[in-house]
Amino acid sequence: MPIRQPVDVVVVGAGVVGAACAYYASRSGLSVAVVDRGPVAGGTTGAGEGNLLVSDKAPGPELDLALLSLSLWRELAEELPEDIEFDPKGGLVVAAGDASLGALSASAEEQRASGVEAYHVTPDRLRDVEPHLAPGLAGGILYPQDCQVQPALAAARLLHAARRAGALFLPGEEVLEIYGEPGGGGVRGVRTSRRELAAAVVVNAAGTWGGRVAALAGVQLPVQPRRGFVLVTEPLPPLIRHKVYAAEYMADVASGSAALQTSPVVEGTPAGPVLIGASRERVGFERTLSVPVVARLAAQASALFPVLADVRVLRTYHGFRPYLPDHLPAIGPDGRMPGLFHACGHEGAGIGLALATGSLIASVISGEKPALDLAPFAPDRFDPLVPCHMTEEWAS
Amino acid sequence: MPGSRSEARAPAGGRAATGLAVVGAGPAGLAAAVTAADHGLDVTVVDAAAAPGGQYFRSPPEELAAVRPGAAPRGQRGFDDLLTRLTAHRATGRVRYLSGHHVWTAARTGDDWALHTVTGQAGEGGPMVLTRRILLATGAYERQLPFPGWTIPGVVGAAGAQAMLKSGLVLPGRRVVVAGSGPLLQAVAVSLVQAGARVPALVEAAGYGGYARAPRVLAANPAKLTEGLRHGAALARAGVRVMSHSAVTAVHGADRVEAVTVSRVDRDWRPVPGSGRTLVCDALAVGHGLTPQLELAVEIGCDTTVRADGSPALRLDERLRTSVGGVWAAGEPGGIGGVGLALVEGELAAHAVAAEVRGGPLRETAGRVRSLLRARRAQRAFAELMGAVHRPGPGWRDWADDDTEVCRCEEVTAGRIRTAVTELGASDARTVKLFTRAGMGWCQGRTCGFAVHELARSDSDGARAPTPDRRMPACPVLLSALAGEDTTADPEEVAGASETPGAAEPGGNGGNRLP
Repeated sequence: MPIRQPVDVVVVGAGVVGAACAYYASRSGLSVAVVDRGPVAGGTTGAGEGNLLVSDKAPGPELDLALLSLSLWRELAEELPEDIEFDPKGGLVVAAGDASLGALSASAEEQRASGVEAYHVTPDRLRDVEPHLAPGLAGGILYPQDCQVQPALAAARLLHAARRAGALFLPGEEVLEIYGEPGGGGVRGVRTSRRELAAAVVVNAAGTWGGRVAALAGVQLPVQPRRGFVLVTEPLPPLIRHKVYAAEYMADVASGSAALQTSPVVEGTPAGPVLIGASRERVGFERTLSVPVVARLAAQASALFPVLADVRVLRTYHGFRPYLPDHLPAIGPDGRMPGLFHACGHEGAGIGLALATGSLIASVISGEKPALDLAPFAPDRFDPLVPCHMTEEWAS
Repeated sequence: MPGSRSEARAPAGGRAATGLAVVGAGPAGLAAAVTAADHGLDVTVVDAAAAPGGQYFRSPPEELAAVRPGAAPRGQRGFDDLLTRLTAHRATGRVRYLSGHHVWTAARTGDDWALHTVTGQAGEGGPMVLTRRILLATGAYERQLPFPGWTIPGVVGAAGAQAMLKSGLVLPGRRVVVAGSGPLLQAVAVSLVQAGARVPALVEAAGYGGYARAPRVLAANPAKLTEGLRHGAALARAGVRVMSHSAVTAVHGADRVEAVTVSRVDRDWRPVPGSGRTLVCDALAVGHGLTPQLELAVEIGCDTTVRADGSPALRLDERLRTSVGGVWAAGEPGGIGGVGLALVEGELAAHAVAAEVRGGPLRETAGRVRSLLRARRAQRAFAELMGAVHRPGPGWRDWADDDTEVCRCEEVTAGRIRTAVTELGASDARTVKLFTRAGMGWCQGRTCGFAVHELARSDSDGARAPTPDRRMPACPVLLSALAGEDTTADPEEVAGASETPGAAEPGGNGGNRLP
C-alpha cells in the first residue's frame, strides 16, 4: 500500500547536482523530496576528484556557468562544515613543446577576456610553482581560480543543509514512473518503489543515468557514459601543490570521439594520496579494470612528475561521466513535458557546475529570471522533432 | 632499465598459454597444482610468499626448527607429501612455480587470461602469466572487530599469533588471553601453551551449545568433533579457563597490554552491564574467524554470496566452478572451512579442470572424485554450522565506543562512522568510506571492512549482505611497474626494448596485448 505524499518538487538523484537543486529549491521556500535508488553520492559524484575548474573551459556558456558556480562555491564554503575540504589550490596547465604552449597561451588569452585569471609561467619559474615537475617543459599557465572539494562530502553536506531547510531525502528508492496529466499534460508526480510523490515539478538530476529517467517521462535525452579511471597512490607528504595537467587535456575533454583519450592530470589531496587521471572512453557501463588505460595514466603521470615513479598505487577507481554530444549539460525546463526539468549531463565537470545548476533550476521553478541564459542548455536541443536554434550545430 | 622492463612484459606462460594458473600455494592451491599436474596439465603456480604452504602450512626457518624439533603443527605430514609431489613436478617442468609474486589483476585477452604480477615488498613489475584457466586459491585473512584498546601493542590477531608460532616460534607475551570467537581460538590457546606461554583464559563470545543443535552435521564430521574434544582436554590440562558467552570488551595499558576487561555477553553479544571483570595479562590474541580474500575473483566478475558467518564468499558449483567460464576456486574463497576442506576442494577442483580439458569425466579418478564430493559436502555443512555459531551478534557494536579506532590505517573512529550514518545519511560501507576514509588506507579495508559494514547497516536492514569491495590493484603496485605495462610507450622505450631481444620470451607479447 503505497504512501501518497504531496511536495512541490521531486528531485531524482542524490549526487552533487541533485543535492544542489534540493538545497536552492528548499531555501527558496519550496517543499522538496530527493529520491535516489542508491545512497547519497553513489554515482559519478563519489567517483570524481572534486574539481571546480575554469582552466579547462573555453569561453562560452560552460565557462559562464563555471564562473557563476565558482562564486557560489566560495560563498558556500563559508557556510558548510570544513570537512567538504574546499581548497582554492589553483590549477597549473603545462605544455611540453612550443607548439602546445602557443595554443595554450592563445586560449588563455581568450579566457582572460571572459573573466578568467590566467598567468603565464616561464620554464625557469615552473619549478618554483611546482617543485617536482619534470625538467624540459616549455612553460605553463597558472589558473588561481581553480579549486577542489571532497565531492562526496560536499554532496552530503549540501543535502544535509537541504534537509535542515525541510527537504525530504529518500535513499534506496527507485523512481519507477513519472506520470503526467492524461492526454499529454504536465507532470503530476512520480511513483517510487515505496510510495507515490505528487508533485507538479520533477527535476531529473540522475547524472549518467539521466537518459533513463527522461525516458520514464517519455522524453529522450541522449546521456551516455564516458568512463574515466583514477589511480590513487599511497599517502605522501605534500608534493604537488596545484591541480597539474598537460595542455592536451583540454583537447581530450572537447573530443567527441568514443575512443580512448588519456592525458596526465595529477593532484594531491589533504589526506595525502595523490590522484592521477584522466582517461576518457565511451565503452558503456563496463566496470572491469583496463590494464592499458591505467598503464598509460601511470606512464604519463610519471613523465610529468618523475618523483611518482617510485610511489605505490594502492587503489584505482572508475566513474562514468554523463556525456552529452555537445559537451554541455541539460539544464532547465523540458519544452516537451511541462513541469519536467533536467539538471544532468555535466560530463566531467558536474561538481564544479553543480551549484550554478541548482541555483538556476530553483530560480526557474520559482518563476524568477535565471542569472544566465539557459538556451544553450535546453534539454530538448537534441530532439530532431523539436525546432530549435541549436539543432543545426549538433546535427552536423 | 629497458632490459628489465621488457622482461616484465614477457608472458611467463611461454610460447603457448599455460593450461592452468593456480593463484595461491596454501593447502588448496598446492593440492590443486599437484593433482592437475598428475593429470598432465601444464600448471603455473603464483604465490605471494617466499615458500609454499600458505597461512596454514608454515615451517620455521631451518635454524629454528633444529632448536625446537617437534614444534611443527599437526597435519604437517600432508604438507610434506604435497611438497614432495610439487618438487617432482617442478623438476619435470610440468609445474612452473613463481614464489614471491602477487597477482595484482587479471584481464581477458581473447580466449586466455593474462595475470599481471608484481614482486617484492615495493611492488615492482613481475612477469605476466598467460593462461587458459585460473584456479583461485587465494585463502583468507583474519576478521577483526574493534573495541577500546584493541590497537595497544601486545594485542595480536589470533591467526597472526598462530602464524608467528609456526614460523618463528615467537610468543606474543608470557601471559596471553585468547579471545574472540571460533574454533581457531582453541587451537591458538593450545599452541601458546605448548610453546610455553600461560593462557589464563579463553574468552569465546558465542557458546559451544550451538553445535549440539546440529547432531547430524557433527556425526558426519567425526574428525572435527575429535579435534574439539582433544583441544578441550589439552586446555583443561593446562588450566586454561574457558569462558563462553563472554568477550574482551576493553584492553588496558599505556604502551603495552597490562590487563583486559572480560564481560559476559547476551545472545546478541551485547555486554551484560556490571559483568565486567579484570584479567591481568601482557598480551591478547583476538580473532573473529577469517574472511575470504576475494579481490581477484570480484574483479574477474565472479558472483558472490553471503555465508552463514556473515562474510561474502564465491558462489561455486559442485565442480568448484565460479560463475565465470574458465575460472575455478578452492578452499576459503568459497567460504571459510579450514585446511581439511581446502585440501579436498583443491584436489576436486583440479579433477574438474582436467575433466573439462579432456572433454568429459575421467574414469580413472571417478571413485576418488565421488569420495571427495562426499567429504566436501560433509565439511561444507560443518563450515556453515561453524559460521552460524560464531557469526558476530549485532550487539558487538556496543563494545566500540565513539573513540574506538575502527580503521587503523586512516585512524577513523567509530564515532565518525556513526556521524556519517546518522548525520550524512550513509547506509553502506562504500558511502561510509567515501565520507570518512575508513578502508582507504594501506590495507584497503581488509581489516576493518566487516566492522564498517556492520556499523553502517541499521538493524532494520536485518542481515543485509555485505557486497565485497572492488579493490584493484589487489596489492600495492609501483607506478613505474604500472607504467611498464604501457604498450603505447614513446619510441625511445620501444627501441630500448627491442635492443634486448633475449629478455623477451620467444612467443612475444604483442599478439596477446590489447592495443
